[in-house]
Amino acid sequence: MLAFTLRRLLAAIPTLFLVVLGAFLLVRAAPGGPFDEERVLPAELEANLLAAYHLDEPLPTQFLRYVGGVLTGDFGPSYGYRDYTVGQLIAQAFPLSLMIGGLAMLLALALGISAGAVAALRPNTALDRGVMALSMTGISIPVFVIAPLLVLAFGVSLDWLPVGWSGSGGISRLVLPVVALALPQVAHIARLTRAGLIEVLESDYIRTARAQGLPTSTLLLVHAARPALVPVLSYLGPAIAGILTGSVVIEQVFGIPGLGQFFVNGALNRDYTLVLGIVVFYATLIVLLNLAVDILYATLDPRIRLT
Amino acid sequence: MTATRSKPFSVFGIVLAVLLLSLASCGGPGPDAPAERVLNRGLGSAPDSFDPHKARSVQSGTVLRDIGEALLTHTPGGELTGGVAEAWSVSDDGLVYTFTLRGDARWSNGEPVTAEDFVYSFRRLVDPATAAFSAESAAPVENAEEILAGDLAPEELGVQAVGERQLEIRLAQATPYYLSLLAHTSTQPVYAPGVERHGDAFARPGNLVTNGPYRLVHADPASLVEIERNPYYWNGAETAIGEVHYHVLSQPASEYNRYRAGELDITDSVPAESFAAIREAHPDELRVAQTLAIYYYGFNVTKPPFEGNPDLRAALSMAIDREVLVERITGRGEAPAYSFVPPGLPGYEPPKLPFADLSRQERIDRARRLYDRAGYSDDNPARIELRYNTLDTHQRIAEAVQVMWRDVLGVETELINEEFQVLLANMRAREVTQVFRSAWSGTYLDAHSFLSILESGNEANLTGFANAEYDALMRRAETEANPKTRRLYLEEAERVLLSEHALIPLYYYVSKHLVSPDIEGWQDTILDYHYSHHLSFRAPD
Amino acid sequence: MSAAGDIGRRLGSIPVVRRTLAVLLVATVVAVVGPALSPHTAIDADFDRILEPPSLSGGHWFGTDQLGRDLFVRTLEGLRTTLLVAVVSSAVSLVIGVAYGLVAGFAGGRLDAVMMRFVDALYALPFIFFVILLMVVFERSFLLIFIAIGAVNWLDMARIVRGQTLSLKQRDFVAAAKLVGVPTPRILLRHIAPNLLGVVLVYLTLTIPQVILVESFLSFLGLGVQAPATSLGTLVAGGVGPLESAPWVLLLPSAVLFVVLLCFNFLGDGLRDAVDVRLGRRDTP
Repeated sequence: MLAFTLRRLLAAIPTLFLVVLGAFLLVRAAPGGPFDEERVLPAELEANLLAAYHLDEPLPTQFLRYVGGVLTGDFGPSYGYRDYTVGQLIAQAFPLSLMIGGLAMLLALALGISAGAVAALRPNTALDRGVMALSMTGISIPVFVIAPLLVLAFGVSLDWLPVGWSGSGGISRLVLPVVALALPQVAHIARLTRAGLIEVLESDYIRTARAQGLPTSTLLLVHAARPALVPVLSYLGPAIAGILTGSVVIEQVFGIPGLGQFFVNGALNRDYTLVLGIVVFYATLIVLLNLAVDILYATLDPRIRLT
Repeated sequence: MTATRSKPFSVFGIVLAVLLLSLASCGGPGPDAPAERVLNRGLGSAPDSFDPHKARSVQSGTVLRDIGEALLTHTPGGELTGGVAEAWSVSDDGLVYTFTLRGDARWSNGEPVTAEDFVYSFRRLVDPATAAFSAESAAPVENAEEILAGDLAPEELGVQAVGERQLEIRLAQATPYYLSLLAHTSTQPVYAPGVERHGDAFARPGNLVTNGPYRLVHADPASLVEIERNPYYWNGAETAIGEVHYHVLSQPASEYNRYRAGELDITDSVPAESFAAIREAHPDELRVAQTLAIYYYGFNVTKPPFEGNPDLRAALSMAIDREVLVERITGRGEAPAYSFVPPGLPGYEPPKLPFADLSRQERIDRARRLYDRAGYSDDNPARIELRYNTLDTHQRIAEAVQVMWRDVLGVETELINEEFQVLLANMRAREVTQVFRSAWSGTYLDAHSFLSILESGNEANLTGFANAEYDALMRRAETEANPKTRRLYLEEAERVLLSEHALIPLYYYVSKHLVSPDIEGWQDTILDYHYSHHLSFRAPD
Repeated sequence: MSAAGDIGRRLGSIPVVRRTLAVLLVATVVAVVGPALSPHTAIDADFDRILEPPSLSGGHWFGTDQLGRDLFVRTLEGLRTTLLVAVVSSAVSLVIGVAYGLVAGFAGGRLDAVMMRFVDALYALPFIFFVILLMVVFERSFLLIFIAIGAVNWLDMARIVRGQTLSLKQRDFVAAAKLVGVPTPRILLRHIAPNLLGVVLVYLTLTIPQVILVESFLSFLGLGVQAPATSLGTLVAGGVGPLESAPWVLLLPSAVLFVVLLCFNFLGDGLRDAVDVRLGRRDTP
């Protein structure tokens, strides 16, 4: 296990290097610069600005400077938020994104697994069909449709929940973004749980156990749960990616100052370091999460060997 | 076996527990309401810096006007008045300004604000090492250009302390609007010991020392800025509201929702979609005022089809129904524009486009005649590209203009939506642009702030307009000391500009705010500055 | 070719597949010819009839938008764009994924290991961020959208094809062909590719809704197709503004987008059932 973890971490290094290089080239290929706007800066002023941020150096030098900085944990200064470094901005925005994404993930797992299990236990009943129809609906509604619809229904028409991000909204302000973010994932997880559980329930060892007269609850919880959850686990990687993508939209719709907002604004304003920092940060996060998922995977399903 | 048995329960249990815990942990502050009412203001998008020299965004300016104070400041009505300076005089040749600072001007840590502080700050503003965005406000000062270019040391700047409370500023050439620059946030003093100690981080909460009516308490750059009364402010007795929270809300719709929920007292903007409903329901709370900014379409006059083709340019300008644009499309109280310089500037009356007094039908007829004369017809329609940057409003305006041009003239317009930085690069290169969307806002209360960008060779001249008569008039205005004569030159220059149709003025921007009926002291001004210390809460009846 | 025929027969026997195919066919036909039949066009603005609610008698079945344009025709135009992007981008991902998977699976050994490691590495990229950057960097065009979206979605396809190829390679008929000296490209084309058809078809169908989602996501962020061309994502994004005063501008295009996604998801499910008997109708006890 340790060897596996180490090997995976080592393998991540070239990946991350490619990420940095690709993102660096892309942001620098974009027309315009961080200090361009309609009001043209006098040439000497612009030169001073570029020099202050080393943007007047040749690109390879800048790249090496950047990589060197990242290796020592320094993501550089932000051009758009000039009192802060990128590291500080990420540190400020990430907890919010993490909270909303994490809550959405937990909600998706809790709801999805329960719904999938309920459906699997009563296959082809009205209940099953109902759950599956709902989950099919969930998969087919994009996050950016759900979010405004939820706002319209619960925020505006019913006026139950705050519609925007507010400094004082407390728990209630989290409800709509978290639910909107979780719903498509609930649907996916419910479908996977149902499929996995049905397959397990029809396997020989469960049939044997059932023939021996074990009660359904024991069957389900003792023998079926672990293998049935394996497909769900393997979906965690894509789910994380889905929530990450969704959070960009959710933060936009609800005005949440998370990393997604920083990224989109940074890309539009050519805040090179901020954009790069967020890409590198998220890539690292995804690598680590995927590794964690793989390890969990092996723990749940003994048939899988980590090699 | 027991362990396995409990597993599903524990999974659910943990999931549930974490969910509940995290929900509970983000409950925010408890019900201990502050004794004094906090003023909640919408800020729009995020401020970029609270270093007055580095800040560039409008949002930073809004906060800086509350926490800092320059030599001059504004009255609630937008007139210039003494800030840190209590008196000043200008030499007869307009080159030497002498300021007497208030004896009771204090930093937020209690230390006095001295003339030396201003000397330090002006030098820092033009020091190439600072890389300040707003160093232009110091440009008229003696040696400023040379220092910015790195040819002279910052100590050579024409600003010096004559005594602890006497400051002298020498200009390179007489600048009629120079005093208005001294109320700009970029000329606010910075606290030298703070800059020396904290470097780039000096403008962060906890480090930042300022000299305005408020001081910075907390800043979450993308969501919330909190400021509170500066106990040492010289005029603090007049400051009614003790604490102000600026909320970063870039979407007007979310601002409006927060306002309706009573969570904002003043909004930065008003959502276009709800504007009519708001005007209907809360006419007293809606504050709309014209500002010093123009929304225009520029022609690239250096390339076909617009090069040497004033007839086509005029026809396109006439074919646009500006009234429909502002009433139906933008719909937020904007005024249709028939001049490049917005009206309302002191001592300037902008001339109007030649067709401004014609009826819609007359304009259509004349536009068609000009279109014919330029050699186009239904069989040979003009094919043009209209570029605008990605934004909902720009897109709707472009789509509407596309239809107007087609219906009136039969022009075939291709809309090209570019991301702002891309459009900017294209506009500057003047290679691919034909018609493009742009805007300009005045930095100082003078028509020169607008007209100068259309001088040939000006870097902000995106149209490529180069007219000898115009340039000559502008040069004469720049060196003219008599304000009346200067005004005539500027007005004549704008008349030339408008008759050449180098651009299509569409509408003048307006400021639009929702202001709670609880707020007293709000005044609409062309500058759209609303200092928090001028405001107060209406006493409950 | 018997595999394809077999799949076709099984497909026909699944009502869900028949129904969704019918709906999608109708939707495509309506999207393609509908705008031409309507008295309105997608760019005709009527400044006197802005944000009119839907009505059958008023001539605007879906109402009008903020410029007084007929929302029904615009929705059809959007649907057409969305379907076009879906098909072309999926094809891009199909070509890349199949070629990559075929090569890796058939070559095996070290090349396979390296190629698959590369795919693993790509999985770790925050792709959506790269797509956003791509759209920011380059002038927006349909071509770029196709490529950007297609390039994001080929990884799954490559993995599946590689796995299938690996197992097919060991089958007798491939071994026999190799023995008699059939050249490798011919083996790939004649013997392996046809047997991949089923599984590729399934994954293609499953890719389409993904692609539609990415496209509408980009459009929602304002990085999608150029105005006055429109896509369902653009229409949905445009409907968020007047949500309160004119909900139909959001609701109707959203509903169409939903139905299209639903159809593709059902179709994908049905196809998977038809092709993959293991996951077939076994849930009937």
